[in-house]
Amino acid sequence: MTDLHKTGAAVGEPVSGRPAPTAFLEVRDLKVHFPTDDGLVKSVDGLSFQLEKGKTLGIVGESGSGKSVTSLGIMGLHTAGQYGKKKAQISGEIWLDGTELLTADPDAVRKLRGREMAMIFQDPLSSLHPYYTIGQQIVEAYRVHHDVDKKTAKRRAVEMLDRVGIPQPDKRVNSYPHEFSGGMRQRAMIAMSLVNNPELLIADEPTTALDVTVQAQILDLIRDLQKEFGSAVIVITHDLGVVAELADDILVMYGGRCVERGPAEKVFYEPRHPYTWGLLGSMPRLDREQQDRLIPVKGSPPSLINVPAGCAFNPRCPYADIPKDNVTRTVRPELTEVGGRHWAACHMTQEQRERIWTEEIAPKL
Amino acid sequence: MVLVVLLATFTVFYMLPKWAGQDIAVLFAGKATGAEQVEGIRTKLGLDDPLFIQFWDFVKGIPLGRTYANGSDVTRCPAPCFGYSFVTEEPVWNTLKEALPVTAALAAGACVLWLVAGVSTGVVSALKRGSVWDRVAMIGALGGVSLPIFFTGMVAMGIFVHSLGWVHISDNLSTDDSVGVWFETLLLPWIVLALLNAAMYARLTRATMLDVLGEDYIRTARAKGVAERAVITRHALRSAMTPILTVFGLDIGVLLGGAVLTESTFNLPGLGLAAVQAISSKDLPVILGVTLFAALAIAVANLVVDLLYAVIDPRVRLG
Repeated sequence: MTDLHKTGAAVGEPVSGRPAPTAFLEVRDLKVHFPTDDGLVKSVDGLSFQLEKGKTLGIVGESGSGKSVTSLGIMGLHTAGQYGKKKAQISGEIWLDGTELLTADPDAVRKLRGREMAMIFQDPLSSLHPYYTIGQQIVEAYRVHHDVDKKTAKRRAVEMLDRVGIPQPDKRVNSYPHEFSGGMRQRAMIAMSLVNNPELLIADEPTTALDVTVQAQILDLIRDLQKEFGSAVIVITHDLGVVAELADDILVMYGGRCVERGPAEKVFYEPRHPYTWGLLGSMPRLDREQQDRLIPVKGSPPSLINVPAGCAFNPRCPYADIPKDNVTRTVRPELTEVGGRHWAACHMTQEQRERIWTEEIAPKL
Repeated sequence: MVLVVLLATFTVFYMLPKWAGQDIAVLFAGKATGAEQVEGIRTKLGLDDPLFIQFWDFVKGIPLGRTYANGSDVTRCPAPCFGYSFVTEEPVWNTLKEALPVTAALAAGACVLWLVAGVSTGVVSALKRGSVWDRVAMIGALGGVSLPIFFTGMVAMGIFVHSLGWVHISDNLSTDDSVGVWFETLLLPWIVLALLNAAMYARLTRATMLDVLGEDYIRTARAKGVAERAVITRHALRSAMTPILTVFGLDIGVLLGGAVLTESTFNLPGLGLAAVQAISSKDLPVILGVTLFAALAIAVANLVVDLLYAVIDPRVRLG
């Protein structure tokens, strides 16, 4: 490395020249692009958010909106498994507890993985190695970061399994993943991710592959553990019910960008983006009349190679013609503050959106 | 299963000549013999007994030995009795006994070579997919799969034995020869045979590894902070071993039944060469013996692979 490089983006120094953030986790203008034969897939295209310890951020969006890629980018796993493919391009800044991850040494980031930041995946059956016992896998996670013998690590594994509510943990520690039920597997997965007391926990669709009755248990467990360990949690989901349970803040993603962000109660009760309205409208509720149909968001998610010009949501937005001069199809809307800590990216005026929400949308929900 | 194999082999190799109109007694007696002698042989070999008795006598002979008798002319065939060669009049077992070490040594050396070379090439190719190394290795593997042994073997012999004189090969390998002679004689056959199989294993390993590396649990291992090297060996290669082991078991079984081409090319007195010689001289008992042994080797190899599955993959275990 030359001196020129050293004076550039060193660890702990922001690329943008802005000072290091005070928030525990701060993501600034994150972009993750995948070059493919068909073109550049802009999975995440300029995403920013902050998260404090002890708080939960819910990232919501359809399949392909960039939720999972965001989490993999934070973990430094966006290029993992890309053998021989064109490498993913990532830019922006990810600050975790004062360390900028994108410019840090990859091996240093690897050492943070599993210890400072851990992840729970969607399908615990395919995410656990079929040939190793639950115990072996938890022991491995612990010993990667702690210089202890296998016995000590196994005691720790049993302790963690007990903590996440697996009965007879001293026996079950020797079971293989296929010998567990779906809910138990996800508990084991959670035990494995928490074995090193990570300060940041990313749960990528933690309940999607589970039975509805088990979903609530797993969500309760995540909430309890968060209180106990005081970690920051990111929950990624397409299920608004999940974020309603867990999240302090909600970030709605569409086409690789944030379209609305704010405190959970604001986003749920005063949403200021037509896409969020659509998500809320397509959520089934028990207190709604049965003959009322769900209101789907028409159309399909945008291509991430040719993202629509202007507002990415404009082809599906029923209100796209309200703003003047065809601006929704030419100019990309920026996030603007619509209330305390509440941002949305829409060309309609605040008053227009407030009126549509209170008069047209809210009564139907 | 072994019984089924026995029955099938016996049927095919004992009955077919009969149905085809060949008289085994005449085969045994050879040309220019009187009808009387042929009748004597027929009685002695029990060829006038009903078929199932012939089969039973044959099977019984393997563990217990067998006595051929025609009046005063009595021949005792000791315990693993597979009958006598029509040509050399030696017990078939002797032929098998002498040929087996050669074939086993050939198989053992070659399989270690090809497993190490093939799997490591495949792993590196998978990790560097699309690179120059990957392309060269895969073209090499295609060549290795396509080139027949009698070609590569001849070329290797021509260069290393006859032109350069680096390797001296023994024409008639036997158990009396020293380890050094065995090693030197088998070196080229090992390499040639390993080349063919290594090529196949490299392709198989590459494909399997690429599959496994895309699995969710590999991502989990990385998310735990496991170093990349351990991710590949402990997590990915472990899973990729299952299909490799399956093919490996079968290959070993087939090879133990005689590597016909390799042994013929290098003139190694193994089971394969014995079979070829027996076929060209219509020596039915030897053909039967070798085939039986080959079938047994494959059956046993299959069984071992099935048992090993349970060791490798806990999902296969009972309970």
